[in-house]
Amino acid sequence: MPEIKNYTMNFGPQHPAAHGVLRLVLELDGEVIVRADPHIGLLHRATEKLAEHKTYLQSVPYMDRLDYVSMMCNEHAYVQAIEKMTGIEVPLRAQYIRVMFDEITRILNHLMWLGAHGLDIGAMTVFLYCFREREDLMDAYEAVSGARMHAAYYRPGGVYRDLPDSMPQYEASKIHNAAAVKKMNENRQGSLLDFLEDFTRRFPTYVDEYETLLTDNRIWKQRTVGIGVVSPERAVALGMTGPMLRGSGVEWDLRKKQPYAAYDKVDFDVPVGRNGDSYDRYLVRVEEMRQSNRIIKQCVDWLRVNPGPVMASNHKYSPPGRESMKQNMEELIHHFKLFTEGMHVPAGEAYAAVEHPKGEFGIYLVSDGANKPYRLKIRAPGFAHLAALDEMARGHMIADVVTIIGTQDIVFGEIDR
Amino acid sequence: MMEWLQPIQNLLGPVWLPLWTAVKIMLIVMPLMGAVAYLTLAERKVIGWMQIRIGPNRVGYFGLLQPLADGLKLFMKEIIVPSGSNKFLFVIAPIMVLMPALAAWAVVPFNAELVLSNANAGLLYILAMTSLGVYGVIIAGWASNSKYAFLGCLRSAAQIVSYEIAMGFALVTVLMAAQSLNLGEIVRGQHGSYGMLNWYIIPLFPMFVVYLISGVAETNRAPFDVAEGESEIVAGFHVEYSGMAFALFFLGEYANMILVAFLTSIMFLGGWLSPVPFLPDSIVWMFGKVAFVLFLFLWFRATFPRYRYDQLMRLGWKVFIPVSLIWVVVVGAWMQTSYWLW
Repeated sequence: MPEIKNYTMNFGPQHPAAHGVLRLVLELDGEVIVRADPHIGLLHRATEKLAEHKTYLQSVPYMDRLDYVSMMCNEHAYVQAIEKMTGIEVPLRAQYIRVMFDEITRILNHLMWLGAHGLDIGAMTVFLYCFREREDLMDAYEAVSGARMHAAYYRPGGVYRDLPDSMPQYEASKIHNAAAVKKMNENRQGSLLDFLEDFTRRFPTYVDEYETLLTDNRIWKQRTVGIGVVSPERAVALGMTGPMLRGSGVEWDLRKKQPYAAYDKVDFDVPVGRNGDSYDRYLVRVEEMRQSNRIIKQCVDWLRVNPGPVMASNHKYSPPGRESMKQNMEELIHHFKLFTEGMHVPAGEAYAAVEHPKGEFGIYLVSDGANKPYRLKIRAPGFAHLAALDEMARGHMIADVVTIIGTQDIVFGEIDR
Repeated sequence: MMEWLQPIQNLLGPVWLPLWTAVKIMLIVMPLMGAVAYLTLAERKVIGWMQIRIGPNRVGYFGLLQPLADGLKLFMKEIIVPSGSNKFLFVIAPIMVLMPALAAWAVVPFNAELVLSNANAGLLYILAMTSLGVYGVIIAGWASNSKYAFLGCLRSAAQIVSYEIAMGFALVTVLMAAQSLNLGEIVRGQHGSYGMLNWYIIPLFPMFVVYLISGVAETNRAPFDVAEGESEIVAGFHVEYSGMAFALFFLGEYANMILVAFLTSIMFLGGWLSPVPFLPDSIVWMFGKVAFVLFLFLWFRATFPRYRYDQLMRLGWKVFIPVSLIWVVVVGAWMQTSYWLW
């Protein structure tokens, strides 16, 4: 009689639920997972090594491409590490702008996650609804930086530019005639802050819409409750951070525990789960979107009444104004040195971490005093989460692996770097 | 029928009957294929609107030529036969899926006269034919020599077999109420002076729900599409198929959808009967009811997440089969009393 063997299946990298290029080698007993072995490295771009060969400023756009659905949060950790080492004072207005865009990014990320998670479990429509709102937030990105995804908006010492007074407009095309475009442009007539304020008014009803489709849906609950349970102790031991940790009931949020930027000046709550299953993590993330919305509203109100500089005035690290550069020899030299040789960060090392939408995103920077980092180490939250996949998936079925990949909010840009 | 055909009939003699039957088959199959093609367009449009999209609108006005373009594309694509697959079974499987899906239409009445074969055991024949489709699925999954296809076909086989039972019991209550297996008789049994109130959906409402949901499961549609499970096993049993071979699976699935819609309207919604007494019975009602049921299919797909395989089996065995068994007894007892008005 032939021996009964487990079935080994190659899941990905060309798989609709692989979230990019995840390759899982699954050992199956029927449909039940005996072992899930993630293989990584298919999106490795040597970001850390590349950073060693670029000036500090040139690495900012690389940070966007790490976790490519939460771009500005990555930048934030990186510029914070530089600011820590150089001791640049970041103006308060820039801090508020950063907080506002960190939260916009959080919503962007969670919308993407919600849509993809829904799609993985088979609820297609949520995905399209989420992308409708993402479009508005992308426009906010576009308004400040000119790019809809890879913004490179945060700079050591502040942000690239102050908030614009106008929003990009839709233009009439074959598909949308002038009347339709006028309607689409209705909330884009004022400044970026007007647009965002309008968004914060609309967004809670949109979140309600997603929740009507999912939260009390019996099938959704059957698919997520009790799937991929992580106890609080294991979550801490596995190095989980962010919603993965909070879903398990550990109240840990860097925005509260180690406030950075202007997070100590805004009011928000940190949602925490109870059972540590996929459904709790879903609820945590949905509530985080609502809290982010609250933070954006507070930032908009503050930014309206508090004009000021958005870039540090130390021209060893931040470029001088355009006008003064054209009149002043010293400023011209600063500008020239900054954009050719780049800034010199004093020798030493620093670790800066932010509460990234996915967890703790940290940058460990070592400088030997040159114009480029000696070593840059990225602490990506998704890496630790993916490492826990095997433990979370064991004993579940194939369909649950898809749920677990979704609930971990895996993005390969940051895992493979 | 049709006296003007009499001269041709005399001329052809014994050849006439098979020839005329073939013509009638074509008259059913051709519009059916057209309906399948446009059902795909309707699906994309309806789901598109539900998802605040436009849907296909580039090929022809309103996207009306999109199905033709898709058909042409699939027709011109290469059919890749994977190495290590059993070529004979691989080719025959899509045919085995489509054939029963089409053959079942032989007994489906469109209105009081329009039916290819007014078979007395029509309902039994339909049950037999729709059950045959699963063989094609199993063979396709097995012959592909792919692990994903294999998993898909196992899931599909288990699913179709278990939902067939609940579906069968739903049909049992209908034939108890109609006291006939003939589909035309079943519709006529729902005729009465109260219009809608005479339809079997009123006394057999739980069975209607069971049948409709089993129908969705039987045709592998969302939220029961675990056999195809886009995000889990990619496309399930037909993952290795391309070109026309894939198109045959597609046609089979949609033909089955339309068939289930027809059967639902025949058995529970009074077929071609008018919902209100003052309007005449007509084939238009039939198509309207079918369109409504098909719309439900699309609506489900846009709304619900997918069941997990074991949850789907649990629903079939632990909910639908007990419910339908109980309702068979209830209907049987009900029919013995004087309160049975249908």
